[in-house]
Amino acid sequence: MSDERKGWIQIDDLAVTFHANGTEVRAVDGVSMNVQPGEFVSLIGPSGCGKSTLLNIVAGFVQASAGSAELDGKPIKGPGSDRGVVFQQYSLFPWLSVRKNVEFGLRMQGVPRSRRESAARTLLGLAGLLAFENHYPDQLSGGMKQRVGIVRALATSPQVLLMDEPFGALDSQTRVVMQEILTNMWQQFRISVLFITHDIEEAIFLSDRIYVMTARPGRIKAEIAVPLPRPRTPEMTASPAFVELVQQLKALIREESLAAMGSELKDGGLTGFGVKVGPHGVEEMV
Amino acid sequence: MTMRALLRQDHETPPHDPASSGHGATTAAHAEQADGVVMTGSPTTRSSAAPSAVLAVRSSGAMLWLRSNAFSMLLWAISIGSLLLFWYLGTKYRWEFYMRFTNVPTPGEVLGKVAEVSQSTRFLTHIGISVQRILIGFIIAASIGIPLGLLVGRYRAARDLVMPIIEVLRPIPAIAWVPMAIMLWPTNEVSIVFITFLGSFFPILLNTVHGVRSLDGVLIRAARCLGAGELRLFVNVMLPGVLPHIFTGLSVGMGVAWVSLIAAEMISGQFGVGYFTWEAYSLVSYPEIGLGMITIGLLGLGCSGAIQLIGSAIMPWLVHSNAGKR
Ligand SMILES: Nc1ncnc2c1ncn2[C@@H]1O[C@H](COP(=O)(O)OP(=O)(O)OP(=O)(O)O)[C@@H](O)[C@H]1O
Ligand SMILES: [Mg+2]
Repeated sequence: MSDERKGWIQIDDLAVTFHANGTEVRAVDGVSMNVQPGEFVSLIGPSGCGKSTLLNIVAGFVQASAGSAELDGKPIKGPGSDRGVVFQQYSLFPWLSVRKNVEFGLRMQGVPRSRRESAARTLLGLAGLLAFENHYPDQLSGGMKQRVGIVRALATSPQVLLMDEPFGALDSQTRVVMQEILTNMWQQFRISVLFITHDIEEAIFLSDRIYVMTARPGRIKAEIAVPLPRPRTPEMTASPAFVELVQQLKALIREESLAAMGSELKDGGLTGFGVKVGPHGVEEMV
Repeated sequence: MTMRALLRQDHETPPHDPASSGHGATTAAHAEQADGVVMTGSPTTRSSAAPSAVLAVRSSGAMLWLRSNAFSMLLWAISIGSLLLFWYLGTKYRWEFYMRFTNVPTPGEVLGKVAEVSQSTRFLTHIGISVQRILIGFIIAASIGIPLGLLVGRYRAARDLVMPIIEVLRPIPAIAWVPMAIMLWPTNEVSIVFITFLGSFFPILLNTVHGVRSLDGVLIRAARCLGAGELRLFVNVMLPGVLPHIFTGLSVGMGVAWVSLIAAEMISGQFGVGYFTWEAYSLVSYPEIGLGMITIGLLGLGCSGAIQLIGSAIMPWLVHSNAGKR
């Protein structure tokens, strides 16, 4: 099918510089990466390394200072309904009912009311939220809100779903449930996903591929394919392959987090307990 | 399917769903029905166990309301009662301790005036004219202040263009505008409406601007990537998102509108409750002063109440969000 080839993100040699209060902050530098059509790709890296910046480039909220970002071969110019975005903060419109929230994108496209309603009901049914279609967002739990957020982003049938730590605010049990719901939905919709997380297990469980970023300015430090078969099940998280990947990624992240902290603390580093955290990691003090 | 089984977990904790606590996690259809009953509040159209549960909840809800509000109502009664008592005692014993109650009309005299003025339509005409002036000035203020506030809040250029004028004019109290208004406008009537407009315009505008500035940016971004253009953004996101602030502005604006109106009527009116009150003073008809003042208070109260009612009618989502935050 021809539109199964859609949803290809290609980023080449991208750099983003922010100007704030007279200083320049280079958030990402020389990043090249891609998401193939229908692929689930995660982005992990230390805090402040530019993951959100990268996602905002693809969403069209931020302009690149150098390099290119393309969707299906066309440069990304601004936000659009061909890319669904799920934010870390709950971003539901509090004045709209759950169903009206899901309908929002279709309403903007001028889809007639009856078609919007039935589309929204179908999606809410998939997310197990049909019983709550007339509730307001403030009447929902965090996990339910985020499910509505995902379904709302899917309603306009985007080719790409961009998710910036969507489960970051949820407790760990809800998180596990949400991960399973997300893989299920992703398998039904077969769209490309670019997913940001701090959680290594989450990244492995969900992704086909994982990009690890360096501390700021963010570069791609490693690209790791996840060889686990689909569909993923919670039991897989105990498999040797999974555990080994976790170790590998942890080591990579640890290096970068230490480097990030070290450079933030300048040359002095962080000292205490007889060790020093510097740009090269934890060192014994002499 | 595991997904469905997992999804069901959340059904145990829908807020405002009284049925779920009794029945636990059941089928989605059941949960939906129970919700429907609560949302529509019509137990008769639904079947089986749900109605009795709802009735129980409703009657206990009424009890709860009474219990949690009885104390408030008692305090309200004490509050108003002590004001009336103070007035009554002051005029009965003609207190003179720096404050002088010598000429203040008694509650009985004012009550007598109420009976007297209700004989003719003269007093009602005063009220009608004041209310009409308020409505015209207020509606014009809202229909300019709200859109302008949205623009000023959203666009820096609009802000830089409009705010200096606002900041210069705002500190001038409405009463100081009276001479200028009389010069500016062809009739007294128009100048009084203009002063009423001015009084309510600034609070409405500034609250709207503040609302836009404090609107969560993620909502704008969410709307934009759902395909909302600039016009849609105004109508479908900013306007409803700012509505709570707008209503704060309308409430405050209504209060200031009355203050301004009464001042204007006292100085340049020929009709209106403000004029009535001032005329009573000139004619040494003290009970009418009391009547005028109480009327102004009640009219202001009624207008603010109307705004609050309209507000909660068009912002039903706030009921739910406030219930959880208390
Ligand atoms: N609008 C902006 N103006 C100025 N600096 C910015 C802006 N947005 C991001 N930055 C800076 O760019 C860097 C990368 O930010 P970004 O939000 O992309 O990091 P992140 O990897 O998503 O971090 P986290 O994991 O904490 O969410 C940070 O140093 C941040 O301070
Ligand atoms: Mg981020």
